[in-house]
Amino acid sequence: MKRIVLFMSLMVVAFGSAMAQKVKGSDTCLPLVQKEAEVYMKEGKGKLTVTGGGSGIGFAALIEGSTDIAMASRAIKFDEKMKMQNGGRTAKQVVIARDALSIVVNPSNKVTNLTREQLEGIFTGKITNWKQVGGADLAIVAYSRETTSGTYEFFKEHVMKNKNYKSGILSMPATGAIIQSVSQTKGAIGYVGMAYVTKDVKEIHVSYDAGKTYVEPTVANAKAGKYPIVRPLYLYYEVKSEKKVKPFIDFVLSAQGQKIVDQVGYLALK
Amino acid sequence: MCHPFIKSSFSVFISIIYLKKTAVFNKKKNRFLETLIEWIFRFSGSITTLVILLISIFLFTEGWGLFHSSTIEKGYVLCVNQENKVANLSPKQVKEIYDGNITNWKEVGGSDAPIEILRMDDIASLYTEEEIGSNFENLPAKLSEAMVQRKNAIGFFPQQFIGKDFKGRILPPETISPSEYFGGKEWFPTATPAAQFGVLPLILGTLWVSIGAILLALPFGMAVSIYLAEIAGNRVRKILKPLIELLAGIPSVVYGFFGLVVIVPFIRNLFNLPVGETALAGSIVLAIMALPTIITVAEDAMRTTPVAMKESSLALGATHWQTIYRVVIPYASSGIMAAIVLGIGRAVGETMAVLMVTGNAAVIPHSFTDPVRTIPATIAAELGETAIGSAQYQALFMLGAILFLLTLVLSIWAEIIRKDPKVQ
Repeated sequence: MKRIVLFMSLMVVAFGSAMAQKVKGSDTCLPLVQKEAEVYMKEGKGKLTVTGGGSGIGFAALIEGSTDIAMASRAIKFDEKMKMQNGGRTAKQVVIARDALSIVVNPSNKVTNLTREQLEGIFTGKITNWKQVGGADLAIVAYSRETTSGTYEFFKEHVMKNKNYKSGILSMPATGAIIQSVSQTKGAIGYVGMAYVTKDVKEIHVSYDAGKTYVEPTVANAKAGKYPIVRPLYLYYEVKSEKKVKPFIDFVLSAQGQKIVDQVGYLALK
Repeated sequence: MCHPFIKSSFSVFISIIYLKKTAVFNKKKNRFLETLIEWIFRFSGSITTLVILLISIFLFTEGWGLFHSSTIEKGYVLCVNQENKVANLSPKQVKEIYDGNITNWKEVGGSDAPIEILRMDDIASLYTEEEIGSNFENLPAKLSEAMVQRKNAIGFFPQQFIGKDFKGRILPPETISPSEYFGGKEWFPTATPAAQFGVLPLILGTLWVSIGAILLALPFGMAVSIYLAEIAGNRVRKILKPLIELLAGIPSVVYGFFGLVVIVPFIRNLFNLPVGETALAGSIVLAIMALPTIITVAEDAMRTTPVAMKESSLALGATHWQTIYRVVIPYASSGIMAAIVLGIGRAVGETMAVLMVTGNAAVIPHSFTDPVRTIPATIAAELGETAIGSAQYQALFMLGAILFLLTLVLSIWAEIIRKDPKVQ
């Protein structure tokens, strides 16, 4: 008897997961989409399974057709788009939230203001000492995310104007590791999502107009469009399966869904 | 580690022998059972070998594609003006040009003129949306026009928008050569337009960290295993050994975090360095992780020394230390070698812990206090996000193959030492 019950419940689980929509991709989007899916399922609107792995994994799954929705912290690459097209499918992009990046330094660092050009110099290796940007005589230790992270790409495109990082850049596997390292290394500088900033690190005010105005990274400034380093978070789906995935995407974009965005620590669209 | 397996297979052998002895009555039936068991053994052995072989073949075939693919992102082309004399550019030169480090054509063998860089974003600002067209229908013509008008430009455009009547000259795509891959000093796998796949810093980083780990772990490991096998009393051993074996059960990411929070600041303060994430930090964490393996295997090997041998050594007047040094260690040498190889294997292949504490900077290390990037850490950090089938994906598989060869060489070397008559 027991065996039959076990077998039946296994069948239910297997069947249930086959019916559920699959969402896969970026680890940056994962906490947000997971939370959205939880609320969505609690309200009995449908079933979803959300898994991480990275933006690349999400796109690969979308190309293969093994996921319904791909989460991404970067826009789809040309190569990936072409692969979709070769299979006779088109990817559709939806921006679901935005994420501001904070530049963080060690709390003992006297420097508070940096321009975009100075940040570019620091991360490309042209500026190597804090005294070159008005700080103490201390070597700069630049921390970055891993080369494949969406955050890495975004920072490179947006702040460094597509120049490459210096080869001696220290790359950390996770945001938490950057915070930890910056908090214990005197000359450190790094970038993390605004939601992750703790008291152990100091946030830099950034200027995108060559030093005229320096903007503090706060939620209010980012929402008002004053703080410049803000990136979108995406969901991608195949156009043909629009009917199937639309209810969930509409839910994420709804007032209720956007409230969750704020709760998780990202920036709501409106 | 392999005790249960050895024990169970041993008991199977015993039972086979037992079956043989009692096979007076139904010889035929037993012989059938015997051959069946033999075949099961043979089958599982060959399946295991086959699977390992297939995995390594997969690794090499996936990786080998790298040397046929271009460093320029798929679907894009690099182009210059027709009159430009530069015939081709190496990936390195392309990267330097787009980073703004090479600014004049004469540096790459052209005429004395400044280089003008064009990307798709620049095209969007050169022409209005109306000129390009809402569906990009005029884009191919505009790209062609832009390349004709600008004598000193280099363009990086999607192939899709390069029309048949494109007036610029498309640079031939450069494939990645093995010498660039194995001898290259820069690892920029996601750089556009030209990715850099130089694995030399990664190979050296792996070697530095592993050699450091083994230099730290060996003396401690040997000392503890000798102590446990020969000097410690029964009660001490009964407490100590499970404790050490427990260390092997701690997840590597926990070691990594311990390293980041404790060892990294300690090293920075001790040597007064700007950064604490160094090869040395990686070596220390790996040494701690390799210790349980080395200690357990070496101690087991030493304890297999027959009591008669030890007693005869003592009876001949040798001291306890002389017995250990002259009898126990030589007798257990093959087991000790196995311990070392297992320890090195753990160090070379370890991923998470190293990822957390070595800083992962892809530069050639000059001392133990430099940050390094190891091969396993690179694969772990990058494989998840890369587009499957891309040049970077293949480069990572090639790294896996290199790691495989590294450990293969290590174990072959260990085997040779073990068979050396001087050691035995």
